[in-house]
Amino acid sequence: MKEIEILIIGGGPAGLCAASAAANLGATVLVLERDGEPGGQLVKQTHKFFGSKKQYAGDRGYQIGNLLIEECKKNPNIEVWTDTTALGVYEDGVVTAERQGKHLKIEPKKIIVATGASEKMIAFPNNDLPGIYGAGAVQTLMNVHGIVPGQRVLMIGAGNIGLIVSYQLMQAGVEIAAIIEASPTIGGYLVHASKIRRAGVPILTSHTIVEAYGQESVEGAIICRLDENWQQIPGTEQDLNVDVICLAVGLSPLTELCFQADCQLKYIAELSGHVPIRNEYLETTRTDLYVAGDVSGVEEASSAMVEGRLAGISAAYSLGYGAGVAPQLQAEALAELSELRSGPAGQKTVKGIMKLMDKGEAVC
Amino acid sequence: MLNKTGIPTAEDVKKVSPSEERLKKGPVAIIECFQEIPCNPCTEACKQGAIQPMADINNLPKLDFDKCNGCGLCLSRCPGLAIFIVDGSYSETEAIVRIPFEYLPVPKVGEKVAGLNRAGEELGSFEVVKVQSGGQKNKTYTISIVVPSDLAMDVRSIRLGGVRHAN
Amino acid sequence: MRITEHPILEFLRGEEITFFFNGQELKGYEGETIAASLHAAGIRVLGHSHTMNRPRGLFCAIGNCSSCLMVVDGEPNVRICVEKLKAGMRVETQQGKGHLK
Repeated sequence: MKEIEILIIGGGPAGLCAASAAANLGATVLVLERDGEPGGQLVKQTHKFFGSKKQYAGDRGYQIGNLLIEECKKNPNIEVWTDTTALGVYEDGVVTAERQGKHLKIEPKKIIVATGASEKMIAFPNNDLPGIYGAGAVQTLMNVHGIVPGQRVLMIGAGNIGLIVSYQLMQAGVEIAAIIEASPTIGGYLVHASKIRRAGVPILTSHTIVEAYGQESVEGAIICRLDENWQQIPGTEQDLNVDVICLAVGLSPLTELCFQADCQLKYIAELSGHVPIRNEYLETTRTDLYVAGDVSGVEEASSAMVEGRLAGISAAYSLGYGAGVAPQLQAEALAELSELRSGPAGQKTVKGIMKLMDKGEAVC
Repeated sequence: MLNKTGIPTAEDVKKVSPSEERLKKGPVAIIECFQEIPCNPCTEACKQGAIQPMADINNLPKLDFDKCNGCGLCLSRCPGLAIFIVDGSYSETEAIVRIPFEYLPVPKVGEKVAGLNRAGEELGSFEVVKVQSGGQKNKTYTISIVVPSDLAMDVRSIRLGGVRHAN
Repeated sequence: MRITEHPILEFLRGEEITFFFNGQELKGYEGETIAASLHAAGIRVLGHSHTMNRPRGLFCAIGNCSSCLMVVDGEPNVRICVEKLKAGMRVETQQGKGHLK
């Protein structure tokens, strides 16, 4: 049995920031990361981040990822186990994990779940053909391994991920046939949309995929326009000659461990699915279990980093660390979060959190 | 409509354009940022005090065209690649447009490249007069091309070949 | 296809090694996943589904979706999107659900 003060499940932006924040206050921390390297999706992001200096704005995602990894490596209070998958959180507080074929038991005082999110799928004929990828898979192949997925891509979804991955594909020399979006407006940041559009890539809102086709893998796709009731308009079909279809149709919080740990969850559409009910310091209805990042509601990496920091400070503080400074640090993180969410782009998240917290307080 | 196509409208562009007179005077930044998102690196990049600090990080950047000297620090810092520098004083009939560039290959000085408008349509073939590397960390190149004066507020992208692959 | 030049990233590849896909000798790099090596070699069909026999390819690339299960050195149901390539590895398309040894 491995004993540790704070166990963090997930070594992405939220998990690494949680680790640094807690360790800086003096707590000993163990981070479990199922991948071979920590950094989560940050290390696959080649674009410069938005936000302010406090969230490393202007630096590229992978640079921020490397910075967070370095900070954790330097801190003697932090241990990171890679290639380690958390398996379960038990009633007595024991967490089990698999590492290099071995079954491990860990006994933490506090747990921070920062497992992130998984990609959503949409239904259309032949959506299981090889050549149809989640946008994250394309990023992994392309930006981690340096391998392009094909020659010509249909991107489905004009949220930030669809726009960013399209741009990354173009940077790797891959042609984008079109970006289609079922909703009548572009969901991602318009500066991303504009930079793709001025390079000559059409962004087609109110469009959907009718079907993919191909024998053993994707050889093309039929798309069409949607009317104001989201119904396909006959006669507007276009046949696109593509060998890759990339799905960027949203993310779902990876809450399995929270479910299993018996945290109360609630379906909040604005936060992209079932999310654990938690207080403003990110502690769930299961005492000593915190959440941070996409698992607590899908959002930008900038806010995931601040949430991680907030959860890390809060968990360390509850163990008696940082008595003089923690409340101030918590207040700063909360202020940063409300600043990041204060504009029109953050309205959805704010609304989602309000729904979640109202119910949460009533239940507690 | 910008939020349906990604193409800023003429009205959008007008809101961020300096006067003809200011354009003729010399280099000036055109900040084509039309959506309130939490982002402020341009305000910190500006050493001229031309981009005012934001009361709220979601505010749109506000540029004082008279204080701006077109140095381009904001251009290379903008995460959205939404800032361009236009120098209408280059000659009687021509202007220089400086564009952020993050593709390969990087064009060379003297090379002719296709100039594209905000919709990605080709407006002509234009000469590259300056290529600046963003450096090891920033990595965003800025490419200066010479365009006819009447296209200075239209050319916003360039096109050359693609990235080279090997098996 | 492998990217040789990129405007933002550099790819530091490991040593070039040989492995086998259904008996066919292929090259890959140490440190990358089996899925990456197969993709670089242009192999996108990784197997077929149990009942409908439909082709299966890479979908999530991070060990979530189980679309890429193959037999690796005799062990079935290996998620090749997260399993690292090793010299001499025998990677085979899987028939059926596989058997635990």
